[in-house]
Amino acid sequence: MLQFLLHGLTVLLLPPLLPGLIAKTKARMAGRQGPPVLQLYYDLAKLARKRAVYSRTTTWVFLAGPVGGVAAGLAASALVPFGHTPAPISFEGDVILFAYLFGLARFLTILSALDTGSSFEGMGAAREATFSALAEPALFLGFAALAKANASLSLGTMLAFPGSLTTRFTGPLILILAGWVIVYLAENSRIPVDDPNTHLELTMIHEVMVLDHSGRPFALVLYGASLKLLVLGALILTPALPRAAHAWQNWLAFYAALAGLAVGVGLVESSMARFRMTKVPQFLVAGVLATGFAFLLMLV
Amino acid sequence: MSLYLLALLAAAVSGVPGLFLRRRGGEVATGLLGLAALLGLTASFRVLAGGSGGTLALRTAALGAPGLLVFDPLAAFFAIPVLVLAFCGSLYGLGYWESRRGNTPALRLVFGWLTASLVMLVAASHALTFLLAWEGMAIAAFLLVMAEDREAETRRAGWIYLVATHTGTLILIAAFALLARTTGQYGFTALPAGLAASRGGTILFVLFLLGFGFKAGILPLHFWLPPAHAAAPSHVSALMSGVLLKMGILGIARLLSWVPDPPLWWGGTLVALGVLSGLLGVAFALGQHDLKRLLAYHSIENIGIILLGLGLGTLGKSQGNPVLQTLGYAGALLHVVNHSLFKGLLFLSAGSVLHATGTRDLERLGGLGQRMPWTAAAFLAGSWAICGLPPLNGFVSEWLIYVGAFRGLGLGRQAWPVVILLSLALIGALALACFAKAFGAVFLGLPRTEAGARAQEAPRVMLLPMGLLALACLAIGVAPLFLMPALGRVVDTLGPAGGSGLPSLPGLGAISGMALALGLLALLLWRWLRPGSREDGLPTWDCGYATPDARMQYTASSFADGLVRGLRWALWPVVHRPKVSGWFPRPARYEGHVPDPVLDRAAAPGLRFGVRGAALLRVAQGGALPVYLLYVLLTLLVLLVWMVA
Repeated sequence: MLQFLLHGLTVLLLPPLLPGLIAKTKARMAGRQGPPVLQLYYDLAKLARKRAVYSRTTTWVFLAGPVGGVAAGLAASALVPFGHTPAPISFEGDVILFAYLFGLARFLTILSALDTGSSFEGMGAAREATFSALAEPALFLGFAALAKANASLSLGTMLAFPGSLTTRFTGPLILILAGWVIVYLAENSRIPVDDPNTHLELTMIHEVMVLDHSGRPFALVLYGASLKLLVLGALILTPALPRAAHAWQNWLAFYAALAGLAVGVGLVESSMARFRMTKVPQFLVAGVLATGFAFLLMLV
Repeated sequence: MSLYLLALLAAAVSGVPGLFLRRRGGEVATGLLGLAALLGLTASFRVLAGGSGGTLALRTAALGAPGLLVFDPLAAFFAIPVLVLAFCGSLYGLGYWESRRGNTPALRLVFGWLTASLVMLVAASHALTFLLAWEGMAIAAFLLVMAEDREAETRRAGWIYLVATHTGTLILIAAFALLARTTGQYGFTALPAGLAASRGGTILFVLFLLGFGFKAGILPLHFWLPPAHAAAPSHVSALMSGVLLKMGILGIARLLSWVPDPPLWWGGTLVALGVLSGLLGVAFALGQHDLKRLLAYHSIENIGIILLGLGLGTLGKSQGNPVLQTLGYAGALLHVVNHSLFKGLLFLSAGSVLHATGTRDLERLGGLGQRMPWTAAAFLAGSWAICGLPPLNGFVSEWLIYVGAFRGLGLGRQAWPVVILLSLALIGALALACFAKAFGAVFLGLPRTEAGARAQEAPRVMLLPMGLLALACLAIGVAPLFLMPALGRVVDTLGPAGGSGLPSLPGLGAISGMALALGLLALLLWRWLRPGSREDGLPTWDCGYATPDARMQYTASSFADGLVRGLRWALWPVVHRPKVSGWFPRPARYEGHVPDPVLDRAAAPGLRFGVRGAALLRVAQGGALPVYLLYVLLTLLVLLVWMVA
């Protein structure tokens, strides 16, 4: 019970910390002081008090994106184990629900972007739809490989099974995680797929889709994005974490790994530039190939 | 059985009073179809609930074993979408068709016939009744497609449909004849064990697959489908796409129910066809500008998903694995009903768009969400469901197939589970892109034409059936557990398996719980957003440009361009790209479309060639009576010689 409470509190309170960590890492790497780590919390508090502006072309669909993004993200968060602490809800086939909840969030975000009638937002929406179609097979090939390894269809057992990196599944596991890191960067609109800090709308993917959101809806958008960082992060961290004897050790390991992941993303962002748009599909196909090879290795 | 027969009768005569009544003919027809739906659904639910024998038959002594019509769980299950869509379509037709066309009574009459043929077909258990109903359905559908035969496009579509459906029927006649030769009777009975693996079994399977494939629109036999669905009145398109195609699936399901031991390659073939139809169906949909053609290609995609499920079930059956068999068949059959509901909904709302704006061209629509909010909500519900997104019904059936495929991974070194998984994932992602494009282009942003800007919401009589279908989609998606006992009984008609184990799948309850949680969360967040003070009536912030207009919007073609270009090796898009040169380039036009490769590159040229060949035969048909008498005489002579020799 206490575990579930902690799970819920983590989901509700922790996410805004992750973008802060990434930004701090990037700033430090660039030799700047950077915004405080808690910046996103301040932003959310400010946005919650601000008035929202609605374009006259928009309908209720405009709000479905932010609402759906957060609702689906929260629902998905209940399915994923945080490290070796089991997920609150776990059943056979929850993998599919997990993936499709993110599909739902994406669908509604795309629609709310198109609702503004702006060409820029349409462009971002088209890119999101295109690139995520390539990320989906990588995600599912990874699931298939893990399911093959331990004959389980439930996210909890599937992810927590490898435990340590000493089994004969080490090779495939590394490939799966490599493929999923690519998916992680793409789904969270990070360099090298998308640059969240760019000032040029023509080159954005995710940021350009929410240009017209403001006030509380925008707070939901920002929170939803950070929630995605956490939930998908748990997906790729859990198989890599060693299993500890005590629950508190597992939690500690998970939080440490999460911070490490955020710093890692910051390091990637500091060390390379965004790919040209035409290169992005190739990058995503690399993810598909990595997970595909992992699956093949599982067959051997 | 009597309820079922009454439903059949009510549907068949539903259009007749309209021929004599001066007014209210449409209401009477709809009322009769409603009565048919009430009676038929009662009969269906009774059989599916397992009560009173479960199976009811109409027998005649002369025709032997199973009788002419057997209302078993499979028939009862397929009867549900038929009756629901027929009633909804008829109700919708009151607003959509009645007011403006001259041939209304005839159309209503044929609509009733189509419904009656479909109702008869689901229960047919004898080659005679099956082919009779099959042909009745084909002809009635042809007449309905031709409702607007003043337009050349419609005539062409109807003609192609007629050729395709009759080719399929011919193949089916051959298949049934062959079947009767092996089993010794024309009634539908189980085939002897071992037959399926023999050469006779192979020929039977291929013939049935071809015959039913034409109707179901399995790639590459789908070519009649997009033009016919685009040309037919929308409530007819809904019935065609929602139910007519499924009769091909019903045929395949019946075939599978007769075979106790399908060879492995049967299932493999079904999976391969499913992958082909599913992926290429959605890929071609992405390239369409015509709203109804786009929906038609999505029907092909969904037939692909159904085939993936059927293939999975058949592979399970071949390997003696009841779990896979149950999950595969259950997913496929549930998707049959689900697809009927959400595709019916989509075609009806597309019809409202056409009704309000007079165009199906995505590039000329836009911004209808503000003027037609209910139609937009209906289309959104349909899109939501067809993309398989929770918590609507499309997710449940795809989930069953997914779980089956994941279970199949444990079966040692077999490639097909991962093929099914990957195809489903990719189909889902592409369908999402395609429906984001369709919904965005039609309902969001600014209207692109005058007609769009003046569009009016559809009348209530058209909105009501859409609402009914949307509710059904939601109900199945939120509470799938209630369906499972019935679905288990239907699955068990396809061969003894663990259909009764379906309700104990642990995930189904959890899906309901998650659906409720999702709804609750959304409601809470929505309430948090609403009261905030707001600033309305400002333009879209177009990166500093204050007067964005409709021409600057991202179009449907642009939206899909990345994917269409990525898939050009499969789609062969035709693009007319202007060359822009010089300092002051002249006005230019860009045009691109994705033609159907089978129809435009193979079937149509082939048909033209065939027609030219047939012209040569005209020499023999001069029209002069003496010549014909001469033919008769010659035939007699030849027969005489043959008999003597």
